Amino acid sequence: MRIVCPHCGERGLQEFLYHGDATVTRPRDGGAEPTPEWTDYVYLRDNPNGAHRELWYHNAGCHAWLVVTRNLRTHEITAVETAHDVALGRLS
Amino acid sequence: MRLSHGGIIDRSKPLNFTFDGRSYQGYAGDTLASALLANDVKLVGRSFKYHRPRGILSAGSEEPNALVELRMGARREPNTRATMVELYEGLEAHSQNRFPSLKHDLLSINGKLSPFFAAGFYYKTFMWPASFWEKLYEPLIRKAAGLGRNAGLADPDTYETGNLFCDVLVIGAGEAGVKAAHEAAVKGARVILCDEQAPGDAVDMPNVKYLPRTTVFGVYDGGTYGAVERVSDHLAVPAPHQPRQRYWRIVAKRSVLATGAIERPMVFTNNDLPGVMLAGAVETYITRYAVAPGGRAVLFINHDGAATVLAAMGHSVMAVAAVVDARPESSPVIRDMAAAFSVPVFAGAVIRRALGNLAVESVEVFTRDGGVVRFDCDLVAMSGGWNPALHLTSHLDDKPVWNDAIAAFVPDGLPPGMTAVGAAAGDAINQNITPLWSVPGADSKAFVDYQNDVTAADIRLAKQEGFIAVEHLKRYTTLGMATDQGKTANVNGLALMAMATGKTVPETGTTRFRPPYTPVALGALAGPHRGKSFKPTRYTPTHGWAKSLGAVFVETDLWLRAQYFPKPGENWLAATNREVLAVRQHVGICDVTTLGKIDIQGPDAAKFLECVYTNSWTNLAVGRARYGLMLREDGFVMDDGTTARLGENHYVMTTTTANAGKVFQHLEFCHQWLWPELDVRFISITDQWAQIALAGPRSRDVLRKIVDDAYDVSNAAIGYMAAGEVTVCGGTPGRLFRLSFSGELAYEIAVPARFGGTLAAALMAAGEEYGIVPYGTEALGVMRIEKGHPAGNELNGQTSAHDLGFGKLLSKKKDFIGRAMAARPALMDQARPNLVGLKPVNESDRLRGGAHLLAHDAEPVAANDQGHVTSAAYSPTLGHSIALAILKHGASRHGEIIRVYDPIRNGDFLAEVVNPVFYDPEGSRLHA
Repeated sequence: MRIVCPHCGERGLQEFLYHGDATVTRPRDGGAEPTPEWTDYVYLRDNPNGAHRELWYHNAGCHAWLVVTRNLRTHEITAVETAHDVALGRLS
Repeated sequence: MRLSHGGIIDRSKPLNFTFDGRSYQGYAGDTLASALLANDVKLVGRSFKYHRPRGILSAGSEEPNALVELRMGARREPNTRATMVELYEGLEAHSQNRFPSLKHDLLSINGKLSPFFAAGFYYKTFMWPASFWEKLYEPLIRKAAGLGRNAGLADPDTYETGNLFCDVLVIGAGEAGVKAAHEAAVKGARVILCDEQAPGDAVDMPNVKYLPRTTVFGVYDGGTYGAVERVSDHLAVPAPHQPRQRYWRIVAKRSVLATGAIERPMVFTNNDLPGVMLAGAVETYITRYAVAPGGRAVLFINHDGAATVLAAMGHSVMAVAAVVDARPESSPVIRDMAAAFSVPVFAGAVIRRALGNLAVESVEVFTRDGGVVRFDCDLVAMSGGWNPALHLTSHLDDKPVWNDAIAAFVPDGLPPGMTAVGAAAGDAINQNITPLWSVPGADSKAFVDYQNDVTAADIRLAKQEGFIAVEHLKRYTTLGMATDQGKTANVNGLALMAMATGKTVPETGTTRFRPPYTPVALGALAGPHRGKSFKPTRYTPTHGWAKSLGAVFVETDLWLRAQYFPKPGENWLAATNREVLAVRQHVGICDVTTLGKIDIQGPDAAKFLECVYTNSWTNLAVGRARYGLMLREDGFVMDDGTTARLGENHYVMTTTTANAGKVFQHLEFCHQWLWPELDVRFISITDQWAQIALAGPRSRDVLRKIVDDAYDVSNAAIGYMAAGEVTVCGGTPGRLFRLSFSGELAYEIAVPARFGGTLAAALMAAGEEYGIVPYGTEALGVMRIEKGHPAGNELNGQTSAHDLGFGKLLSKKKDFIGRAMAARPALMDQARPNLVGLKPVNESDRLRGGAHLLAHDAEPVAANDQGHVTSAAYSPTLGHSIALAILKHGASRHGEIIRVYDPIRNGDFLAEVVNPVFYDPEGSRLHA
């Protein structure tokens, strides 16, 4: 598998660590109580048959966290963004 | 028999080799298989289950029978395909799976017992009584089954891994592959051409990197291909500085599958006798290796392709007794070729069975009109058609499709960027074929899968017992398993199941292929990454200094740390006790460089710390340090450490040794993904700074002699948990932290890593008058247990802040990682096992890590388990064994006597539950 890191270019799978689902969002100001919203954020994951957004870490590279859009059936990667940019976009 | 001319062997280079201890001669260019056939050695192995005599079936990597143990000693490799072994001077090979000898194999009795060994026999035969399984059946099966023996010694060879990039990867250097490589190369594409065989005609084209002896074994995502190059397997030993094999990761924009096709055996009784061979292999042995695999042959076919085999045999010295063509009418191609060599053709006929003892001696042919003709022969060349070698096409989940015209599966969907050409695509094979999946009357001696001894009868039995689905058929009969993965067997087996169920082949399905195409040595996948190259050693900056003092070292993760510094005659315990007492009474130093160190800077650094630590940070003054606790988002403890504020926007965090990398990655995650708006940056400085703990009541006296005079180190200036930048030893930049893991007045001094050894020596010299000692990780551990500090054994991923007595560190005023989930009632439940100290009632009893805790009068059964000892040590300060443990309701049970049960080390005694801080619980020594 190859991932095109926005900083480093196309690199092999062995440079990256898989983290998990990029579609779940940590409750901002979600409070101190273990609400269902928190439980969903920590434990509940979808396993879509098709495109999915995932967090990867360029461990043996630039240390950037990446949001990789990947088809879970074909493994085709259609987009790679830095997590930082995506997270800033989510704020604005 | 060796032919007098032809072939691509080099008759000027004879090579000596041995098989089962007997000496033979072959030529450069031979394989072990061709050289054995040239010496008329036909019997080369015994079959897996029935121990039937077996010969050489094929001339390629699909070989199911001719598996040998190659080489001797540490290089001995079992299950090596003789057809893929290039001959070299002095080659030694042994047959396998036979006792006492290949010709007289006692376990061939299994063949007579075949009714017991039919499909599913493992599941039926060894069922009863259950108690016999472990003691009797399994050892017996293990002894009788299996093929060759492993070397049992460390592999003396080296392996390499590498990456290659190209525009076009061509897999297979046959006619179609070479053509494809040429076409791509002339257009300017960078081409890699891989072929699993030895180099034949030199492939020398511009833009083409030719890799002979290289098998592409797997297709992976993103145009990545796995290949193994057998760099030195054709040599007795690898040349100096050469690997045995090289694992290539090839990244290709496009690929061309030119892998050709694999021939199907005919399924008839005794079709496994040595001398029964695939027709294409016979042709290869004659034309490539100049070997006649027999003197008098019968050709058994059902399509036109074998005409070239007939020609090859006819042009050689071989006699051909008959062509048995199973088609109702033979074709002009066959008839004309047979006529050219005056060979009779029997159309509409089949070989009903082969006869012979250790090799084929004759065949019985059933003719179209019902007659039986017997031909004497020592070779049966058979071809039931060819299967495109399309294995790689299904590695990314694509399925081949059945082509009725050629009675074979052909590639359908292909991995992205792949094209199939030539026979691999089903081109020009199986012309005018009439499928013959088994000869009428094929029985329990008619083999479908040679390697696993699966017969036509086994497949009918599997159907009868309901194992009809392809994947069930495979698992029940073992069809298609083991080293050859059914390359010659799968389609015949599938078709026989289709016949038995009255379905078509495509209705019955196909097993799909997974990597690897052929067996790959684990050594090749590991490459150079073994031993210290897999797990390198990290040396601390004081390693040389500690070594010069006779330190004994211990591995902690990758680090090698000084464990203790024995004096002559001291064992580890005596040394550790002495070191602990010296620190408690005087002063000592210990390298603590291995703790993770992260430099954090930026206007939002304090806000960021608030996010990742449970406790408060915005109120930490410049020049102060603080203990911090990190949780995972699920509320369990992740790590701990101290963080010091060196400047307005500048902090230095420490982590545990084990979690240094993980915490750094976590901080990057929190910053880049969760709190991207924070203006903060960080970098790991673990390797840049050497850090030494200076601990003990006299530590300030020593410190004063090390820190330059411009800096006041009095208790007033550098109080407990103070931190700041200093210079030491006359101008060396340093950082000074008043931290204590030991519970004594203590400091940690950091200097640039290259000065670590010098600083240690300077501290020792400065402390000599105070009785300073170096201490290692053992003494460090003892003192932290005496002080009740949780460490790795307590931060085990299953403990909450409350379990460890850190409940007060969970801020109620701010958000932090893990805050909400840590508030789950179950994580705060006092009934959970939580941190306590243990003291044996009888002070001579020794507490050990891992011992279970029970109520003092409880039976030692799992249901009564209340916790376990996490860390234990002998405390020289207290004069007895002590331990930290996690115990249900522990915090409220101080003073209670409990049972410490440790059956594997014969421990069973009583201990008192106590405060986990054994030593100086008020902390007065810290503040001295």
